[in-house]
Amino acid sequence: MFEGLTGKLSGVFDKLRQRGALNETDVTEALREVRLALLDADVALDVVRDFIAKVRERAVGQEVLASVSPGQQVVKIVHDVLIEALGGAGAVPVNLAAAAPVPILMVGLQGSGKTTTAGKLGMRLAKRDRKKVLLASLDTQRPAAQLQLQQLAERAGVTSLPIIMGQTPLQIAERAMDTARREVFDVVILDTAGRLSIDMALMSEVAAIRRATSPAETLLVIDAMTGQDAVNTAKAFNDAVGVTGIVMTRMDGDARGGAALSMRAITGAPIKLVGTGEKLDALEEFHPERVAGRILGMGDVVGLVERAAETIDEAEAEKLARKMAKGTFDLDDYASQLRQISKMGSISSILGMLPGAEKIKAQIGDKNLDTKVLKRQAAIISSMTPKERKLPDIIKASRKKRIAAGSGTTVQEINKLLKQFEDMSTMMKRMNKLGQKGLMRQGLSALMPQGRRPF
Amino acid sequence: MALGAFFSRLKQGLARSTEKLASGITAVFTRRKLDDAALEELEDLLIAADLGTAVARSIIASFRRTRFGKEVTDDEIKQALAHEIATILAPVARPLVIERALKPHVVLVVGVNGTGKTTTIGKLAQSYGEQGLRAMLVAGDTFRAAAVEQLQVWGQRTGAPVIAGQAEGDAAGLAFDGLARAKAEGMDLLLVDTAGRLHNKAALMEELRKIIRVLRKQDPTAPHSVLLVLDATTGQNAVQQVRVFKEMVDVTGLVVTKLDGSARGGIVVALAEEFAIPVHAVGVGEQAGDLRPFDPAEFARGLMGI
Ligand SMILES: Nc1nc2c(ncn2[C@@H]2O[C@H](COP(=O)(O)OP(=O)(O)OP(=O)(O)O)[C@@H](O)[C@H]2O)c(=O)[nH]1
Ligand SMILES: Nc1nc2c(ncn2[C@@H]2O[C@H](COP(=O)(O)OP(=O)(O)OP(=O)(O)O)[C@@H](O)[C@H]2O)c(=O)[nH]1
Ligand SMILES: [Mg+2]
Ligand SMILES: [Mg+2]
Repeated sequence: MFEGLTGKLSGVFDKLRQRGALNETDVTEALREVRLALLDADVALDVVRDFIAKVRERAVGQEVLASVSPGQQVVKIVHDVLIEALGGAGAVPVNLAAAAPVPILMVGLQGSGKTTTAGKLGMRLAKRDRKKVLLASLDTQRPAAQLQLQQLAERAGVTSLPIIMGQTPLQIAERAMDTARREVFDVVILDTAGRLSIDMALMSEVAAIRRATSPAETLLVIDAMTGQDAVNTAKAFNDAVGVTGIVMTRMDGDARGGAALSMRAITGAPIKLVGTGEKLDALEEFHPERVAGRILGMGDVVGLVERAAETIDEAEAEKLARKMAKGTFDLDDYASQLRQISKMGSISSILGMLPGAEKIKAQIGDKNLDTKVLKRQAAIISSMTPKERKLPDIIKASRKKRIAAGSGTTVQEINKLLKQFEDMSTMMKRMNKLGQKGLMRQGLSALMPQGRRPF
Repeated sequence: MALGAFFSRLKQGLARSTEKLASGITAVFTRRKLDDAALEELEDLLIAADLGTAVARSIIASFRRTRFGKEVTDDEIKQALAHEIATILAPVARPLVIERALKPHVVLVVGVNGTGKTTTIGKLAQSYGEQGLRAMLVAGDTFRAAAVEQLQVWGQRTGAPVIAGQAEGDAAGLAFDGLARAKAEGMDLLLVDTAGRLHNKAALMEELRKIIRVLRKQDPTAPHSVLLVLDATTGQNAVQQVRVFKEMVDVTGLVVTKLDGSARGGIVVALAEEFAIPVHAVGVGEQAGDLRPFDPAEFARGLMGI
């Protein structure tokens, strides 16, 4: 179910390559796989249909360049069309071009991340753009919602509107704007209660708030894990309040994020920001290129590297780096790296972030194998003597047999591990010049399966 | 809320949520031959309900075997599909049974951010309270702004005592204290709230495991249930969520929230097929009374709009 486009298409592409031409039949076959990949990434069905039509139109009859295979050419077209559909290159900034105080309205379903994003945006505008920001919670529904925004404002170092119980959302909105005018704030961020797209009463309430405040931005906040329902949400909010920008939260998860494409297609509004964590600084600009690769299952290498950096125990990493620099990296250190990798979480979700890893994942098949391999390798190393761990070269046939018996593995597995270790040490020597950061990254990715080495 | 009102409320929600799916099916299948094109459109309708491509394909494949080429009416096809889906779901529809002898039965509530964990705890406290069970709540989300205060409001609404510690404090230690208090006070049920966390964050998942380890120092059989709260708007990523949470903290059952919206929660069908993990209850609103048992036939009929 989670196979990416890369893996799925390889069969089709092999065939294409043999034929060497982009005709209607080839394209149709390839697009069937593209369609599945998009659906598995949660792009809404109607949006997928339009997308496929666009790709087909551009692909059929296109001349195949001599230097690439037809399959590669299809991928390129899909990728290009996807980036265009996501808004093209470059980020679209939050619009503050209005008379101060500039109102920004946050809307969305329950739990999508509106309040957190309001806090993040407040901090960003205050710190980066030196704006005087007022945060106001219009959420009279959820328990402690106003308090939540107040606490976030404190953490963000911006002002929040004093809480007065018993006021309606519209009254709070008007009080926020009055306060902002009186106390000369640059920006007022209005956080609203979560509401369902089918809740007509609450939808007209938010429409009234919009009319009363005329926000420069009405930001629809949506969870990156959203499925097909993204279409309903986008339509309902766009009809009720006219969405001017989209914020995708929880992009720090491993969802493929196809909802981005649905949202953009339905509302026509640009995706302006993405939430990448729970902390207040975890707000970033939207990069269509990165998300396109992710939706297509072509890997988010940048995301992987960032996550590795986040999870690696720094002290441990430094220790390893020093050893590498001295050329004394041994199997004990290798075992320690295995532990670091296990800490990064389920290997299958890491695999999903690597380009080309989908095929390997399919090959591995058994869902538990990946973590098992790490454990088995750790077991092998712990069955070695300290001397063997320091000087792996001395491990010959009889020692291998002993280690295999001791760790409940096979000699082949030990050979594989030694080969992997050797590859890694060789590469580390090469990487030494790059310094510690480069080293750690390369060290990690050397352990990741890379086509020829499915663990 | 009276049971009848309850039913009609859920039904309303589900009916609304699937109106489009249903009208789609109506359009496709009114007095029509079930041929390749028709089956393909039917498959699309299931995909649009978040069942996922693989599950949709397999359901349609079994339809093809038994019904290909037949003249079918709109109603027949809806009934048959609902039946098919209900059959898949029937084995996982199992309520959360509280062992009264445990005093307390410890329920750890987990899930990704914003799915409805805290609200579901409020609803559970309400519903078990109505059955005469005494529940205590632990404000184990020491991370998110005002998470403690949010749970405290639920405590007030349901009359359940809330154990809370310091902000940014240790959730595991708090759970341990909560268990001791619940034992001392002869509580039937201890509901432990936790901070939302994405399943791919290993350090945060490790924190959850720590809560379990610490609870077990006091009661080796705790937690007796680990509930994963799932948002019905979630798409295919729910599969990965369930997989990882199950692997890391032995989830014993699911609660699916926000089924009162337009999301159809079709991913539940995929989850039932892949994990056979019990679905205990569904959330159909933001109030204390808005929780009800998971009824596969009703869910499936709701999915089909009948
Ligand atoms: N991992 C992650 N968590 C996020 C992100 N944005 C928000 N959250 C979390 O999601 C949960 C819900 O966030 P809220 O800001 O309360 O959501 P909301 O839309 O205001 O919710 P309601 O007001 O109840 O509708 C919280 O646990 C947040 O910490 C994000 O980008 N990444
Ligand atoms: N419509 C509807 N809203 C719900 C339901 N369950 C929860 N909510 C709403 O969803 C939002 C998030 O609920 P919470 O209980 O705070 O979610 P949580 O999982 O505890 O969130 P974090 O602790 O931030 O991860 C709130 O606005 C709830 O009122 C439901 O069944 N239906
Ligand atoms: Mg909020
Ligand atoms: Mg909570």
